[in-house]
Amino acid sequence: MFKKRKRTEAEIPTASMADIGFMLMIFFLLTTTFDVDTGIGLVLPPPVESTEQVKMKKENIANILVNAAGEVLLDGEIILVPQISPTMKNKITENDKLVVSVKTDRETPYRVYVDVMDQLKQAYNELREEYARHKFGMGLNQLTKKQQDEVREALPQRISIAEPEKTQ
Amino acid sequence: MKFAKKHASAKQTIPTASLPDMIFILLIFFMVTTVLKEFDIKVRFTLPSAKQVEKIDNKRLVSYIWVGYDGRIQIDDNLVLVPDIEPIMAKKRQDNPNVIVSLRIDQSLKMGIVTDIQQQLRKADALRINYSSIQKL
Repeated sequence: MFKKRKRTEAEIPTASMADIGFMLMIFFLLTTTFDVDTGIGLVLPPPVESTEQVKMKKENIANILVNAAGEVLLDGEIILVPQISPTMKNKITENDKLVVSVKTDRETPYRVYVDVMDQLKQAYNELREEYARHKFGMGLNQLTKKQQDEVREALPQRISIAEPEKTQ
Repeated sequence: MKFAKKHASAKQTIPTASLPDMIFILLIFFMVTTVLKEFDIKVRFTLPSAKQVEKIDNKRLVSYIWVGYDGRIQIDDNLVLVPDIEPIMAKKRQDNPNVIVSLRIDQSLKMGIVTDIQQQLRKADALRINYSSIQKL
């Protein structure tokens, strides 16, 4: 007689496979971020017909003109793009009612325009950061929502897009 | 007489072998369905870069306008002309009063077309805009 050999069942435990699946699923759920849109925000002025023209004092306006060649004129003087932010910082500190008016030509490269807007944003952001540090002793991003709003109110961004010249 | 305990011949465990498959089906379901409304972009563009970029917190508010290097304008899935922008955006603003218009404009373009689009947006009263640009390192 042959003794029947007892076979041990060769099995891989599959019970934990589900957990692995769950972990993968959670990983995908958390990491699927869609490309977040980044950019320079701006609020356009309302259409001309609906608002009456507000007269502003000349000294409260900083005129930035970007011409067709991509050269920037700040209050009639030519300026290099990286110089805009420090210059504007000084101007805003001197006059807190300052409105920056940006005027472009139809032939102005869009690139230069974005660079100029970037510089203006930088000037405001640096000033806000300084204000936050001075007043609350913390950086802007460490403040509470309410404090951030307060800083924003103290230093509002007054960037205005000048009315384009009529063509034809 | 011996009373042998009767065991059921069937196994008493729930088969868990197929559990991972179910999870994987769920996984695939999530992976497939998490593609939100994506647009088929028909224009070619390179975004400009800037240092002080901000993220747009609420994606639901954003509506895009693409402008390719050749000056073609795309809104949603259609190529449009400049005068068409106003009615389209006016409708979008009716649906969603707080709409943010993200302008994805090629960096090599001139301001002329940008100004034209902005004038259209002003007429449509969609005043919150965003010049889409890449973070400069």
